[in-house]
Amino acid sequence: MLDTLIERIRAAHDSHTPLIIEGGGSKTFYGNPDEGEVLSTRKFTGVIDYQPKELVLTARAGTPLAEIEALLAEQNQMLAFEPPHFGGPATLGGSIAAGLSGPRRPYAGAARDFVLGVRMIDGTGQPLRFGGQVIKNVAGYDVSRLMVGALGTLGLITDVSLKELPTPAAETTLQFEFDEATAIARMNQWAGQPQPLSATSWHAGLLTVRLSGAASAVQAAQAKLGGEAVKDAAAFWQRLRDQTTPFFDTRSSSSNQCLWRLAVKPTALPLTVSNRLGGDAQWIEWGGAVRWLVSDRPAATLREAARAAGGHATLFRGNAPADGVFTPLAPALLTLHRNLKQRFDPRGILNHGRMVPEF
Amino acid sequence: MLSPAFLSKLRSLLPPHCVLNEREDLLPFESDGLAAYRNIPDVVVLPESEAQVAAILQLCHASKVAVVARGAGTGLAAGALPVDGAVLLVLAKLNRIKAIDPLARTAVVEPGVRNLAISEAVAEHGLYYAPDPSSQIACSIGGNVAENSGGVHCLKYGLTVHNILALRAWTIDGQLLEIGNESLDAPGYDFLALMTGSEGMLAVITEVTVKLLPRPQRAQVVLAAFDDVAKAGAAVGNIIAAGVIPAGLEMMDRLAIQAAEAFVHAGYPLDCEALLLCEVDGVNEEVSADIYTVRQVLEASGAIEVRTAESEEQRLRFWAGRKAAFPAVGRLSPDYYCMDGTIPRAQLPHVLKRISEMSTECGLAVANVFHAGDGNLHPLILFDANQPGELAKAENFGGRILELCVEVGGTITGEHGVGLEKIKQMCTQFATPELTRFHDVKAAFDPDTLLNPGKAVPELHRCAEWGAMHVHGGQLPHPELPRF
Repeated sequence: MLDTLIERIRAAHDSHTPLIIEGGGSKTFYGNPDEGEVLSTRKFTGVIDYQPKELVLTARAGTPLAEIEALLAEQNQMLAFEPPHFGGPATLGGSIAAGLSGPRRPYAGAARDFVLGVRMIDGTGQPLRFGGQVIKNVAGYDVSRLMVGALGTLGLITDVSLKELPTPAAETTLQFEFDEATAIARMNQWAGQPQPLSATSWHAGLLTVRLSGAASAVQAAQAKLGGEAVKDAAAFWQRLRDQTTPFFDTRSSSSNQCLWRLAVKPTALPLTVSNRLGGDAQWIEWGGAVRWLVSDRPAATLREAARAAGGHATLFRGNAPADGVFTPLAPALLTLHRNLKQRFDPRGILNHGRMVPEF
Repeated sequence: MLSPAFLSKLRSLLPPHCVLNEREDLLPFESDGLAAYRNIPDVVVLPESEAQVAAILQLCHASKVAVVARGAGTGLAAGALPVDGAVLLVLAKLNRIKAIDPLARTAVVEPGVRNLAISEAVAEHGLYYAPDPSSQIACSIGGNVAENSGGVHCLKYGLTVHNILALRAWTIDGQLLEIGNESLDAPGYDFLALMTGSEGMLAVITEVTVKLLPRPQRAQVVLAAFDDVAKAGAAVGNIIAAGVIPAGLEMMDRLAIQAAEAFVHAGYPLDCEALLLCEVDGVNEEVSADIYTVRQVLEASGAIEVRTAESEEQRLRFWAGRKAAFPAVGRLSPDYYCMDGTIPRAQLPHVLKRISEMSTECGLAVANVFHAGDGNLHPLILFDANQPGELAKAENFGGRILELCVEVGGTITGEHGVGLEKIKQMCTQFATPELTRFHDVKAAFDPDTLLNPGKAVPELHRCAEWGAMHVHGGQLPHPELPRF
């Protein structure tokens, strides 16, 4: 199967045929639209190695995320970056190529923080191996992390080695009625204290906080923070992680509304981007560092709001602006991106334009 | 040699006291922390502003003069070793903490700020900067980023790459790169990861935004003695399998224990083959729960003695022995050579046995200290540089240890970097296609190879000449290359 993938990319390279790399298809909405023949990783599956005592798992790109998570759960371990499935058959390779992380990210780390090594095929059909299966490794440039979030534009990821973490012994979710400004302040204040925070969310006047750790530690934190315990909290966080709550489904709203992800400084004050739908059109995550907006405002307005708040804006779901769904890169960085793309995929056949529209 | 015309242009960019080229001024810069490698630089510049750094790089680029960036010079892989005909760009004077934001838990610092100075500056807010390389009192954050420095707390808190949010860096042609921002991610490729650990080969860092963490409420350490190294190694895996991620998990072998105890009187048991130090930290209740688990696992794993530090003073004393292990071993021998391989932990008994056999073969003693939690092994090879041939013998022994690490699925460097020291072993760890891609990454940033030339990634023909061959599946690598 690996040989088939290599052959397919070599042939595409030789014939200048653009390819679209696809795993489970759960994130086809993400990134700029691209065109080409679909190259599926779905049949390239299987866990190659899992050593719970080493906290390391290696699996092929097409392995369903759900299968990996079930295997880890048997050993009371987890993917701590909580990759979103988006309600579809997400694969390991797709999750790493997209580089997206879920609610635990600000407290445990992002997808890129847990990647120890990758095997990949570059745009010439050359198989390559970077990193490995050990936690500390500084030999050579960190190309494995460079592949995380590169949206397949530098190569097709074939295997990934990931670090796991033990599943917390206990988890409790608390809810507080706070306005937006108070919620942002609390999320940041608590994150600066030794509290076992593992997820935070604010929407429609409700701050929701998850605590994880030893049962005694979670109980002590709950006593200190107060709030109302939430029932069925696992389902709440799963829906937020996978964006299966109606808020994130812009298809159900009027046609011009898009879902924007504004990544900002976590302490940024409430954003004042004017919005037809009012306050309920926002969902805050990641301790204040991500503000999801359902908005019909122009890309430039939202990008400027995000920039002023210390970060960047991504059009997550909706029609892509001409200069792409991601905030355009500064010229010096753009040149380096073009140089790297040219080296890893000289004919621009892999997911052409998915990250930067021109390549 | 640099031309007088170039030196005069260089002087025009900086105040007189920021350019050194008298021999006695240059001598302190002839080596970094790996003193076996020395080369007196042609000229040293110590810029005092970011604008001066940019101007120096532009001049060097226009004149095709190479640049070696250097922080505090504590690196252990000759990464900051001066290169003939190059400018040594010392960033130590850029040492201001520019901003601390306690609520957002970040600090913006210049590259010459010492690692420990960050934690000291933010202590009043109950925060600290987590990566703590053993040289943290002296090493600077710019060098930490260049090397992706670790420390004893990596398993739980990660390396430098996990603890920084943004960089300002300058390419060799003097262009500013603003990498990352104040949020948790950025559009485009992950240049923050690519820059971290790039050993001064891609760009020169002038500002780092670091992530700060709340100081743990409590830390507690357990010491366990074993009569067998393999049992101690298995205990490490058992602790992790029990669901505990220790803040620090360190192992020492018999020679290291004896040396440390003789040096600092930490109270270590001496009648044992291996010692584990397991520290847990966090909120009070979590620490109590974890200590209970850890003690049970250690006893079940066959420890002959398990002690929990009963006071903060005793905790620090347990650590004092481990932290003094290098100088303690240094007392046993005129010189020692510290290696830095990482292995999958399960391979520990096998690797220690092989190291012991090699030690006998080459007649040099070795003491082992081990960041056991993350598999990072630091064998200390004892030798006497005044004995003809002993340094070469020690280097050869070290090289064989690193090749062994690769053979068992590990890496030649866990946290010290490749520099010049391990450049041969890079040929063992990586085959031609990967080395080619590393050169491609370099070329994307620095097509004229002016930044730190000759370090970190070996030229392919050099691998062939050295005969240091990556053997995989019985196939010799670089079959396309002539061998001399």
